Amino acid sequence: MEATTKPTKPQQNTATTLSKKKLSRDHLMAIAFILPSLILILIFVYGFIGWTGYVSFSNWNTLVPDFSFVGLKNYLYLFQDFRFQADLRNTIFFTVLFIGFVIISGMGLAVLLDQKIKGEPIFRNLFFFPMALSFVVTGVVWQWLLNPSTGVNIFFNKLGLSPKWYTDTTILAGFNWGKIEFGIPVAIIAVTIAAVWQMTGFSLAMYLAGLRGIPDEVREAARMDGASEFLIYRKIILPLLRPITVSVIIIMAHISLKIFDLIYAMTGPGANFVTDVPGVYMFETTFRGNYYANGAAIAVIMLVSVAIFIVPYLIHSRKGEA
Amino acid sequence: MALQRFNKSIIYIILIAMSLFFLMPVYVMIITSLKPYDEVTLATMWQLPTSFDFSGYSEAFTKLSPNLINSFYLVIPATLLSALLGAMNGYVLAKWKFKGADILFTVILFGMFIPYQSILIPLIQFLREVGLYNTIPGLIFVHVVYGLPITTLMFRNFYANIPDEMIESAKIDGAGFLGIFRHIMIPLSITSFVVVAIWQFTNIWNEFLFAVTITTSDQQPIMVALQNLSGSQIVHWNVQMAGALLAALPTLLVYILLGKYFVKGLLAGSVKG
Repeated sequence: MEATTKPTKPQQNTATTLSKKKLSRDHLMAIAFILPSLILILIFVYGFIGWTGYVSFSNWNTLVPDFSFVGLKNYLYLFQDFRFQADLRNTIFFTVLFIGFVIISGMGLAVLLDQKIKGEPIFRNLFFFPMALSFVVTGVVWQWLLNPSTGVNIFFNKLGLSPKWYTDTTILAGFNWGKIEFGIPVAIIAVTIAAVWQMTGFSLAMYLAGLRGIPDEVREAARMDGASEFLIYRKIILPLLRPITVSVIIIMAHISLKIFDLIYAMTGPGANFVTDVPGVYMFETTFRGNYYANGAAIAVIMLVSVAIFIVPYLIHSRKGEA
Repeated sequence: MALQRFNKSIIYIILIAMSLFFLMPVYVMIITSLKPYDEVTLATMWQLPTSFDFSGYSEAFTKLSPNLINSFYLVIPATLLSALLGAMNGYVLAKWKFKGADILFTVILFGMFIPYQSILIPLIQFLREVGLYNTIPGLIFVHVVYGLPITTLMFRNFYANIPDEMIESAKIDGAGFLGIFRHIMIPLSITSFVVVAIWQFTNIWNEFLFAVTITTSDQQPIMVALQNLSGSQIVHWNVQMAGALLAALPTLLVYILLGKYFVKGLLAGSVKG
């Protein structure tokens, strides 16, 4: 790159001016290529985020737009709202459980599939395919499987158990916090099962790619030194996979913090809002209830929560590249 | 040695158990969709149908076929357009780097992670204003715009791997910006186009939030129609399961036929590439 933009002196005159002229025309073309996309992104991503922020400080909680400034009123309302407090609790536990299980199952399966298994492609494709499905399809099917009176409870009943899955309103290890009981909502576990079923393939694919990127010599050398397979994984392979785990956490976190379709299709807000999340609340309050300013405030809170994970990650990946 | 064989069998047991867990929803979907309504009972839910009955499918197909067609009208142009724009951006950002190109790339990338709720209210105001609200072209536009970050990312990573020397020697041969794109980059990135197209096809087909907020009734894509179908109390389970399978079929077929490229897209989309 450097060489052409700065032609060396001896080449001289006509050649230089010609290529300069050409370069500048080419650079204009390059700008023409990327400019439309840039303008679209600036307006539809950044401009619209700004507009949403503006709406969130307004009084537009009716069908007719009302942009009079009300300061933090909508935010203060939300943080004192039973439903939004429940959403925050549910999102925290959903995110932690979801990421935890996606990492454990993805990494575990990747290590197992890495053991020169017969039929490895068949297993791999079986674990991957739910990713090709829509969260709506997943929601519809798991809604039925985890319905307490149909589905998997036929097996659980034989064991003398009758879990209530997503209809359970119990909060585990709960204590009073604001207007809600803070603790693990049992119903969230049901939603987590469906989400993990869908997204395990993602982390599995990432970990498999990571394992395959580790040169055989690394393991060979460790074996020569008499390390057991278990020790090789614990001391050498898993630490080498750490950057992948970071990527998986970031990607899964942004999925779970903005989740909407899976929960909307599977359970909705649930009794006592035990399966409600900000994505569902935002949709219902804005587009079913016409509380635009409240909806905008929820959206801004969602954006901030995602940005906390994403912005450092993006800055860091850019640095790693340069 | 014996220990190793013991380990292997434990591995297989775990893998098979996990396979059953992954297949369970598919099994229930298929058998339920093939049962006549009066056979869909709780007691026999897990049993195979006594005979194949396609009434669930015919009812689901009658209800969903207009929405399936909507989805095809939406997905095909949106996929092609966003792939083309992604290739153009990726080419510039990988091979015609200007000052600040990397910062600009990060600025574009951020758009991939935002919760779309945070742009939805102005977006709908805008679409109403320009007359694209509740239209398939409106949805195409939305998916092209918000698909830009991911397609740009994928193409930029692909093009970054094409050696600069190729571009340099083409320049010496007198090729310009467009010539290099047309005669070198595009032919070299046919696989990338397949990967990006599959990725976008799957994502746009499966997308729900834009679809449910921007369209109503007869303009709705398939996933909204499926959600309406399953949300209604009067629709029988065999119809719902048949509908879910019909809705999932196009992306499942793409995955079965071109799964390799699908996984490539997934890895290419995870930023580092």
